[in-house]
Amino acid sequence: MTEHLSGILSGYRGARGELIPILQKVQERFGYLAEDVMDEVAAFTGVAKSNVFGVASFYNQFRFDPPGRNQITVCRGTACHVQNAPAIIDELRRQLRIEVGGTTPDREYSLETVACIGCCALAPCLKVNEDVHGRLTPEKARKLFSHPETEKGGQDVQ
Amino acid sequence: MSNSQRTVLVCQGTGCVSAGAEQIYSSLEAEIARSGLKQSVQLKHTGCHGFCQQGPLVVVEPDGIFYARVQTGDALEIAQSLLGTGDVVTRLSYRDPVTGEPIPYYRDIPFYGKQQRTILKNCGKINPESIDDYLAVDGYRALRKALFELAPEKVVEEVKRSGLRGLGGAGFPTGRKWETCRQAAGEPKYVVCNADEGDPGAFQDRSTLEADPHSVLEGMIIAGYAIGARQGYVYVRAEYPLAVQRLQTAIVQAREKGYLGSDIMGSGFGFDVEIFQGAGAFVCGEETALIASIEGKRGMPSFRPPFPAVSGLWGKPTLLNNTKTYASIRWIIGQGADWFAGRGTQKSKGTAVFSLTGKVSNCGLIEVPMGTILREIIYEIGGGIPAGKAFKAVQTGGPSGGCLPASMLDTPVDFDSLAAVGSIMGSGGMVVLDEDTCMVDVARYFLDFTQRESCGECSLCRIGTLQMLEILKAITAGEGKPEDIDLLIELGEAIKKGSLCGLGRTAPNPVLTTIRYFRDEYEAHIHDKKCPARVCKELISYRISPDKCKACLICGRECPVGAIRGEKKQVHVIDQDKCIRCGVCMSVCPERFAAVECIPGRLTNGGEQ
Repeated sequence: MTEHLSGILSGYRGARGELIPILQKVQERFGYLAEDVMDEVAAFTGVAKSNVFGVASFYNQFRFDPPGRNQITVCRGTACHVQNAPAIIDELRRQLRIEVGGTTPDREYSLETVACIGCCALAPCLKVNEDVHGRLTPEKARKLFSHPETEKGGQDVQ
Repeated sequence: MSNSQRTVLVCQGTGCVSAGAEQIYSSLEAEIARSGLKQSVQLKHTGCHGFCQQGPLVVVEPDGIFYARVQTGDALEIAQSLLGTGDVVTRLSYRDPVTGEPIPYYRDIPFYGKQQRTILKNCGKINPESIDDYLAVDGYRALRKALFELAPEKVVEEVKRSGLRGLGGAGFPTGRKWETCRQAAGEPKYVVCNADEGDPGAFQDRSTLEADPHSVLEGMIIAGYAIGARQGYVYVRAEYPLAVQRLQTAIVQAREKGYLGSDIMGSGFGFDVEIFQGAGAFVCGEETALIASIEGKRGMPSFRPPFPAVSGLWGKPTLLNNTKTYASIRWIIGQGADWFAGRGTQKSKGTAVFSLTGKVSNCGLIEVPMGTILREIIYEIGGGIPAGKAFKAVQTGGPSGGCLPASMLDTPVDFDSLAAVGSIMGSGGMVVLDEDTCMVDVARYFLDFTQRESCGECSLCRIGTLQMLEILKAITAGEGKPEDIDLLIELGEAIKKGSLCGLGRTAPNPVLTTIRYFRDEYEAHIHDKKCPARVCKELISYRISPDKCKACLICGRECPVGAIRGEKKQVHVIDQDKCIRCGVCMSVCPERFAAVECIPGRLTNGGEQ
């Protein structure tokens, strides 16, 4: 991990204004921001550790726990909301037995919501990794993940 | 159809890509090659063409043939239609929703015919990843004109004279902002493009960047020349990977061709642009918060004045405008301020871009002259409400805006008219709501969003929105009290007065407008314990009509909590104590039976309300 981190940091000067781009790069590489990694970013940029965490925790993009292998992102944009997105979210919570923000115990799926994916014509919709599934109903959503322990990868569920 | 110099455009906007447009492009590529058309037909991918509802879209130019809901399997037929004797594949044409007749050409489709496109003029027509495509539609010509024919003061003068107002939502006169920034003391100065489009249900800035990124860059470079800046930043959401990628490509190409760099087109003027990816904080759409974010801090707004135009990024004069504002500049400089000011209303010039979504037949990206009335947008461009439902409200301005009822449908869409009826123009989200939408739930939804996105700096915004949300949650859960409505109004007015930035000052709008126009719905929730639109789970019930139930067992099997009793040949009954009101029974009940119904109010097991 340290090796990769120094590789990322070598692309920057360590200026304060680079803090968010560095954290983004780090998360892109490791999937989340671990505490020791944030400590190193703090040392590199000369920003206090508490401030690094303060910045990271302010923005929705950053996460502090490793994500599941497959990330389910349910859109809760306005167009999706008025076309029954809450029922889709409820269905997935029941199906995967996790809350929004949680990861299944086998780390196969993480369930998250996002303010808007931006394909409102397909409302209500969700993303499994990068694949968008649109015009959903609770049943369609359920069928996407009917066997969470056997289904692997975003491709399979399309 | 003749096959000389045809171009097949495959829309690669986010909506179409989500529906499989990339695979369609590959299939078309293969079929065009196989049909020996590679020489005479050019295949291109474009940004958003606008009619997202009908995606994936394929357009054949110069004829203007429009194919809707294309599948990979249609590629062969489309390719064959491009051969000498081929006809339009009317099977894939858009169909008039009333007559069912195919409409082969997009100019004849009301969705397009009623629009007036300036900012979106080239969206969906050019390849956003090719600077040559942009140059072919007179791209960077306005920049050349500015650099070689106009003094910087004259550029500012033109923007002022055009009457352009900030298209991010607030509507501040753009030219005045430019003038302030030009006259401000301090070096270096910065030009920043606000593409932090955080409103749920809005995708107009993203689509502009994805479809025509050079038009935004051109506006920024002209702005840099006008105010005396050499560095620009585009602050774009990291959640928009395609926009980031296309903008990055555009920047690289513009540098290669000398439209960005130390000596642009040999004029001696130097300017460059960098992308800053926003990390997902709605408040960063506010200009001072956005600047704090670029500086690597928590995105908290600061008190104004000083305005960013005087003291912004790193304490230097900073010009901040919305994506669409910059995209308008090339037209103002290229065609002249008078041309631009010739459209729109007395006080709102030019055009407005909207993401038209929700319960409307034609979802998509649209552009209309300022002053167009809501009815025209929703019924003529939007095609009205689908499935024979009744219109209830239109929401503009996202979480900062308001909900307007049917009686307001003749309101013109411009900054001042919308503000007068309690809503705002906003950045361009327009969500249509129908009879099945609960207005209290919509208000709760928006407040839930703004409450979470409040940065916490101002107490009234931080604590006040939370209190409002708690009250709304109680009302939608059937625990509302008669005094709640007045309390919501009082809290809302206080938050508006006691907040520093636009987020807090507008957060109560969805609640205040729904109370103003849909008070009866609040009262039904509070007094009658009923959700008239049948949305709020604690205030509805499902029941199976004994006359219609055919005892097929499907609902019982699908019910996630085993609340449905019934056997073959025995009418099924829902146990109201067990029922979680998820609605699965209603959606699985075969359409020919339609035995499950949802009613306002709670039933008890005896069947009494």
